[in-house]
Amino acid sequence: MARYDRAITVFSPDGHLFQVEYALEAVRKGTLAVGVRGKDTIVLGVEKKSTAKLQDARTVRKIVKIDDHICLAFAGLTADARVLVNRARVEAQSYRLTLDEKVSVDYITKHIAGIQQKYTQSGGVRPFGISTLIVGFDALGAPQLYQTDPSGIYSAWKANAIGRNSKTIREFLEKHYVETSGRDTIKLALKALMETVEAGGKSVEVAVMEKDTGLRILSDDEVDALVKEVEAEKAAADAAKRGGQGAGGGSS
Amino acid sequence: MDYLMGIKGPDFVMVCSDTQAAHSVISIKHDEDKIVPLDSHKMFGIAGEAGDRVNFSEFVIANVKLYALRNSTELSTSSVAHFTRGELAKALRSSPYHCNLLLAGYDEKVGPSLYWMDYLATLNKINTGGTGYGAMFVLSLFDKLWHPNLTEAEAVDMMEQGIAEVKRRLVVAPPHYIIKIIDKNGIRTVKTV
Repeated sequence: MARYDRAITVFSPDGHLFQVEYALEAVRKGTLAVGVRGKDTIVLGVEKKSTAKLQDARTVRKIVKIDDHICLAFAGLTADARVLVNRARVEAQSYRLTLDEKVSVDYITKHIAGIQQKYTQSGGVRPFGISTLIVGFDALGAPQLYQTDPSGIYSAWKANAIGRNSKTIREFLEKHYVETSGRDTIKLALKALMETVEAGGKSVEVAVMEKDTGLRILSDDEVDALVKEVEAEKAAADAAKRGGQGAGGGSS
Repeated sequence: MDYLMGIKGPDFVMVCSDTQAAHSVISIKHDEDKIVPLDSHKMFGIAGEAGDRVNFSEFVIANVKLYALRNSTELSTSSVAHFTRGELAKALRSSPYHCNLLLAGYDEKVGPSLYWMDYLATLNKINTGGTGYGAMFVLSLFDKLWHPNLTEAEAVDMMEQGIAEVKRRLVVAPPHYIIKIIDKNGIRTVKTV
């Protein structure tokens, strides 16, 4: 059978890889995913895609386990994500079998990013249309958050967002990020999500990873409760600001 | 020579193995645990060629884990037993794995199960069974003592009688043993002898 030898991703005269940039466009159209790293907690939050009335929402999964201690959320083409996640899962077990050790977050991120890069430099294939947020704990117990994108770049982050309106969310996080722990980290992630997504368990899914407990996906009720707390805090902060202005703005 | 015995009760499975790692006539290790967990409610007792034992069991464990992660659900004991047997059969006529295994597991709907596999890819579901020279003396003893309503204490006693028999009659009886149990709460070490 003929081998595919014609590359689809080739350079433009001014040094761009248009296929990669178009892939990033596809990512930008995908539903939002947010990752926040705390002192001892990592939180992944995703915007729940609106499902058709007859569709079973539980089968649409955007936060997945790669191994017991590593978790991934993505933005972009869901089918592409399925393939990449599968490759990562196989690699995680293969690593365990060969080295009798769990993969580190850094290793599996490098592996996934490597695959994404390979698809920008191979014949007959197009790049994967997804960016991923990969979370887990390193060997010393420190939380890690990594991001990959269709070009094959990867780097570690304190907090990041990918997908729809991710620029807005990232700016919000840049302004408001502080190193938090436990419940506060979850609330920070929720606050970021709520900048552009309607708040509530019906529209967001939140997953929390703590050092020894692995991944825990919060139930709709838990999310609703946290959203209430965040909204209450916001209202209190707004009232305090207005009260301060009123008192200080007496003169004109 | 490896000693491996298993007993299935109404709501538990118990496996006993010796803990000696030997290289011809030299005992390298006295505390080698030959009963390895596959997941929270299944374990392999593996006897036979030292390299094959570990290589094969680790391979099965990795594949079982991969399935669980891919499909967000764990395999049943029966499925694992058949998968393992299939792998033994696949390798049989090229480069066979020289190991005999006992697979013990507890499934919520089915309860406890005990499977016996040998290096020729035989698979049997059993109530009591085992491998090794020691098993030759102990199988008939267990046949006499086993009954369907066995308690955990009775099973431990059976295992200890088996170990005593091996020490009595086998020229090269291993010195130390470990007994593990699986019930609805998972895997637990009962005692070391």
